[in-house]
Amino acid sequence: MINLIIDGKNVTAKKDTAVLEAARAAGINIPTLCAHESVSRSGACRLCVVEIKKGSRTRIVTSCLYAVEEGLIVDTKSERVQNVRRLVMELLLARCPESEVLQKLAKELGVDTQPRFVADTDKGKCILCRSCVRVCEEVVGVSAIGLFSRGSYKAVGTPYNEKSDACIGCGACAYVCPTGHIEMETTENKRKIWGRTFKMQTCDTCGRYFAPVDQLKYISKKTGVSLKDLSICMDCR
Amino acid sequence: MKNIPDTQPQPIKDDLRLNYGPNKKFVTVCAGTGCRAYGSLKVKEALEAELKKQNMNVEVLATGCLGFCEKGPMVIVHPDKYFYQSVKVEDVPEIVSKTVGTGEVISRLLYRHPETKKTLFREEDLPFYKKQRRVVFGSNGMIDPTRIDDYLAIDGYQALAKVLSEMTPEGIISEVKKAGLRGRGGGGFPTAVKWEGVRKAQGFPKYVIANGDEGDPGAYMDRSLMEGNPHSIIEGMIIGAYAVDAHDGYIYVRNEYPLAVTHLTIAIEAAREEGLLGNNILGTGFSFDIHINKGAGAFVCGESSALFASIEGRAGEPRAKYVHAVEKGLWDKPTVLNNVETWANVPLIINKGADWYSSIGTEGSKGTKIFSLVGKIKNTGLIEVPMGTTLYEIIYDMGGGITNGRKFKAVQTGGPSGGCIPESLLDIPVDFDKLTEVGSMMGSGGMIVMDDRSCMVDVARYFLAFLKEESCGKCVPCREGIRRMSDILEDICAGKGKEEDIELLKTMCQAIADGSLCALGGSAPNPVLSTIKYFREEYEAHIKDHRCPAGVCKALITYSINADKCTGCGMCIKVCPTQATSGEKKKAHTIDNNKCTRCGACIESCKFDAITVE
Repeated sequence: MINLIIDGKNVTAKKDTAVLEAARAAGINIPTLCAHESVSRSGACRLCVVEIKKGSRTRIVTSCLYAVEEGLIVDTKSERVQNVRRLVMELLLARCPESEVLQKLAKELGVDTQPRFVADTDKGKCILCRSCVRVCEEVVGVSAIGLFSRGSYKAVGTPYNEKSDACIGCGACAYVCPTGHIEMETTENKRKIWGRTFKMQTCDTCGRYFAPVDQLKYISKKTGVSLKDLSICMDCR
Repeated sequence: MKNIPDTQPQPIKDDLRLNYGPNKKFVTVCAGTGCRAYGSLKVKEALEAELKKQNMNVEVLATGCLGFCEKGPMVIVHPDKYFYQSVKVEDVPEIVSKTVGTGEVISRLLYRHPETKKTLFREEDLPFYKKQRRVVFGSNGMIDPTRIDDYLAIDGYQALAKVLSEMTPEGIISEVKKAGLRGRGGGGFPTAVKWEGVRKAQGFPKYVIANGDEGDPGAYMDRSLMEGNPHSIIEGMIIGAYAVDAHDGYIYVRNEYPLAVTHLTIAIEAAREEGLLGNNILGTGFSFDIHINKGAGAFVCGESSALFASIEGRAGEPRAKYVHAVEKGLWDKPTVLNNVETWANVPLIINKGADWYSSIGTEGSKGTKIFSLVGKIKNTGLIEVPMGTTLYEIIYDMGGGITNGRKFKAVQTGGPSGGCIPESLLDIPVDFDKLTEVGSMMGSGGMIVMDDRSCMVDVARYFLAFLKEESCGKCVPCREGIRRMSDILEDICAGKGKEEDIELLKTMCQAIADGSLCALGGSAPNPVLSTIKYFREEYEAHIKDHRCPAGVCKALITYSINADKCTGCGMCIKVCPTQATSGEKKKAHTIDNNKCTRCGACIESCKFDAITVE
């Protein structure tokens, strides 16, 4: 076990634990927008930065990626840290002025919800946390969406923004999206996502529509379980 | 630990060293990219044809870059080493019949000292070269980079033979450490410490990589090194690979450097044929090979973790580097990544020894550094100077001062990640630590000189606009922060700046430097911070007085013609693309500001300094 100090509190954590988790376990909340439990860490949002001290040197690190170290002194709310968080929040609010999630978080962090920058109108609620891209690649395993372009032109989407044959309509991306940017519309027998309309499968037992046919086909192919066996909804299994 | 090979390396063709003995007659033509653009290959062809015509059996070498790009194409006639500059095809018959034939010098082609007006005969007499110490770059002019024999003739691969036969890997690392070599790519990290880390690291296989992803605007020293002396880089890499026990290496070079790619490819193939790369190098049992990886021109791919991602076939995005590349680099394996110039320094250290090497330079920065000297400077080109040379010496003694007799204002070092250094600091010795201390950085060695007609707010705006495009877009402070800073700077330059903008920029700079994931965002504030620090009054003039003191920002300036100075020569009418200037001959002209696009063509053309910008 590794001993460290977070915000003046003695904390013990297992080797390889990220500072973020060690802090949370000790009841210290560090804000994040991109550290979703289902996917790998990217360190993109920068809200979780903390100031660490080793010997006489202090520096800012990403707590979701930085592993605990013996004797490490962590300050999760130092002035430098707050300065980064305030700017990050302000920049994100200017990017996605419509996002209720961001507005709520900004209030919690004491950031003025009227940013000093001109509000964007073309970014929707996407903060480019890339949770959707990671879940599609790492959990679902289809990589139907990805990131394209560079710098401020960076965006998430299907290749060339065309309908993707790789997408199975599972909706995992919409599920992990922290701001509700990804639009998924499910009516009785149809689901619309990423420009495609997916046919839904009815449960062989109760007759309810429960999953896109393409998703069941993909699971069947991957697991070897027959499509027929998969055509029963979770409630009826 | 690897044993010292007991088989002696095969001797490297000794006779080759006699090829270019002191009395041999031959002609070299600089064939760096700059000189090629001036037509040096045509000069070379003409020389060959003329020599044949005049029945002279004299060899013409297309060499690597000589650095004095301002005066290309350059031709040197050996053995007298007469240095001819700005040579044209028309000059060739005379060069052949007179200088090559009879040893007679053609004074019109010699360089004339700008002050004493004396003609100077040899390269080393020129003020541009006099204070240089070209230990890394100097061989460029002696070799045709496409011929390995030329490199062998100047003792190439002797350092490799020495380490394989006489030195242990630990011995190599300790020699490099004693020499005090620091990374030339900008960070200035001690090279030997990196090597030691990889040598001791557990993972396998291990990799060595040369970073040739030079992306700073105005910088081209790595390019010239890869084009002009590719074997020096390759030899350094093989030595490094032996020291850290790596068997695979990569050279990451931008595809926009086609000549560098070609020369490196030729060099690697030739080295393989000579048994210097591949299996069982020089019969010692040590195996190592190099692959070329072409980058697609993303500035961020010069950053180590983004470079690894790019080689691995993923998008060039950096990752947090809490586990260092020496442990987990390329494909998460221990990796040495050094800049191409760093690698080229290695054979020198081995050949001449750490004591010799560390005698050059300052306390904390040893050896020499190649800089690309561009902007409003008379002698545009590449220079190699001992660390610790002052900015003044570089700009005035070698660079020849500012063009058109204007006044020096600032020098931008370190590219987009660096800062602007004002006149008051010209006496600082240039080394890693000193440049960082004054708010700039060494970077890979770009130096952009600016005169009193350069607007420092516009300079900051330019670099931030560049970084806005080149940020990978992964993390928020860099992607969104640079974009917003760039917007603010655009506004200030357009006369729409607000009083609080300067303070806002400063707060943003701190948060972006602290909060960004990699060094691109971390250093992006430097151009803004350094210009605010040293040229704050220019920001204030833009914001408060809606005035651009340097006369650059188009929204804030108007052009007019001083009737007392104007001779009515009509030159400004001729060059104006929008017919904004008019007037009768020999009478003072006028400018219609409704038509004027403030392009500056009239200013450049006016010989009487009659056009004023306010």
